[in-house]
Amino acid sequence: MSLVIESLTVEHGAIRAVNNVSFSVKKGELAALIGANGAGKTTLLRTLSGLNKASHGKAHWLDTNLLHAKPEQLVRHGVSHVSEGKSVIPELTVEENLEIGALWRRNKKEMSQSKALILELFPRLGERLLQRADTLSGGERQMLALGRSLMSKPELLLLDEPSLGLAPLVVEQIFQSIRELTKTMGITVLLVEQNAMGALKIADVGIVLNLGAVAISGTASSLIADPAVRAAYLGY
Amino acid sequence: MFQLLNTVLIGITAGSIYSLMAIAMVLVWRSTRVVNFAQAGMALLSTYFGYEIIHMSGSYWLALPIAMLAGAAVAAAIELIFMRLLLKHSSQGAIASIAPIIATLGLLGLIKSIIGYFWGNQDVTIDSPFSNVGFTLGSHTLALSPMKLFILLAVVFLTLVLSLIFQKTNLGLALRASAYSPEISRLAGIKVDLVRTFGWSLAGAAGGAAGMLQTANGNGTLSPDSLEFSLLLAFGFIAAVIGGLDSLIGAVLGALLLGLVLAFVLTYVGGSLVFITAFVLLLVVLLIRPGGIISQKAGRRA
Repeated sequence: MSLVIESLTVEHGAIRAVNNVSFSVKKGELAALIGANGAGKTTLLRTLSGLNKASHGKAHWLDTNLLHAKPEQLVRHGVSHVSEGKSVIPELTVEENLEIGALWRRNKKEMSQSKALILELFPRLGERLLQRADTLSGGERQMLALGRSLMSKPELLLLDEPSLGLAPLVVEQIFQSIRELTKTMGITVLLVEQNAMGALKIADVGIVLNLGAVAISGTASSLIADPAVRAAYLGY
Repeated sequence: MFQLLNTVLIGITAGSIYSLMAIAMVLVWRSTRVVNFAQAGMALLSTYFGYEIIHMSGSYWLALPIAMLAGAAVAAAIELIFMRLLLKHSSQGAIASIAPIIATLGLLGLIKSIIGYFWGNQDVTIDSPFSNVGFTLGSHTLALSPMKLFILLAVVFLTLVLSLIFQKTNLGLALRASAYSPEISRLAGIKVDLVRTFGWSLAGAAGGAAGMLQTANGNGTLSPDSLEFSLLLAFGFIAAVIGGLDSLIGAVLGALLLGLVLAFVLTYVGGSLVFITAFVLLLVVLLIRPGGIISQKAGRRA
């Protein structure tokens, strides 16, 4: 096991957004974290990347304790978080948005290598390098957000709702890219999604969160086949 | 005709010094969203350091960079020791928007008192490194002296260096990214807190330069209650607001515009209307274009 979360609780004032959550994800796996609006998915992810403070519990990625570090430090330990919405800086150009992901590596050569790799993965970004990010379409912005994250050579990728606000065809493309990333680069992914079916289709394992607690977890295919999950989260 | 030329020259020189102060305000605003009224005190303190260096070594040329370094150090210290804590403790509710402003006003008073404590309240003087006597053209004396020419060149040089840092270096990219979106910058691995401290220290250096140039441009006197520095603060702030507070180019344009307008009022209308004009201009810009004279999209590039 590589990402291990034990009895994690996160409180916002009196509200327990995440309540005693435990699960783990193997290295190289793509895990889908699904659940209704307000189930605590985003809070959980923000806690793992150092944006929110945990109240109790433990969370480790390999040897790195995720709960006592700032996001900028966790990036240096291979943990990268793409936050909800299109996580790009609209005022910067596409190229600058990519480059900020690799500034901390202080290595021009590695930076341009990573950039070349990402532009191969998302050729559309290459055509728009000098445009401001706010001129991009929703799908392109999501590609840019993923690209920026990959610039920091992550081992663990935390993705928050990459499908949010995108057209179905574009969602399909983004999900395929995410699947490819894990296969070709060996990146472990924790994918938070409202689009439960889409996420489970590409995932290896699934975790269902309900009211801040783990309701069900298992292989993605077993969750898709589970009548209770189908009724509650997949809508049929 | 000659009067017109001289008015333009006076306006541009004055505007160029305001622009350094405006740039300092913009740098702090961009890095921490604080309107820093202590900037005048910081600039004054830096200039006192410059005065000490001149006193010891006799060299303005040594004093100018050291005053800028002192300004950077003072600003970094204020950000690290005081502002960071303040912003953390009053980040929510009604106090969040007012606390930093009150705090910088308090700092302004504190810095002036400290200067009074160490240097006394009497004037001290700095000699200009260049002549303040204008060049002559035939029988006319231009409102451009060797000192004013140096000020113009120095301001152009410093503005170019700052723009290059912002647009061409990784540090500049980190500064811009942190200003636009601290959270995404953190997630990208940028040490936003450190970048903010650096933004303050750049502002401190710009303020130090403004103070040293302004003092050498005027009658060379310094005191804790220097009217010149209060004007520098007021006009630098107005220029920054005219420019939109968020843009370096806007700050420079706002300062030049302000300098020119005030010079024309001074020459053609009367000295007693200068302050009224400055503040009316501020209010008019706030009413008509609260985002500054250059549009948001173009303005946020630099």
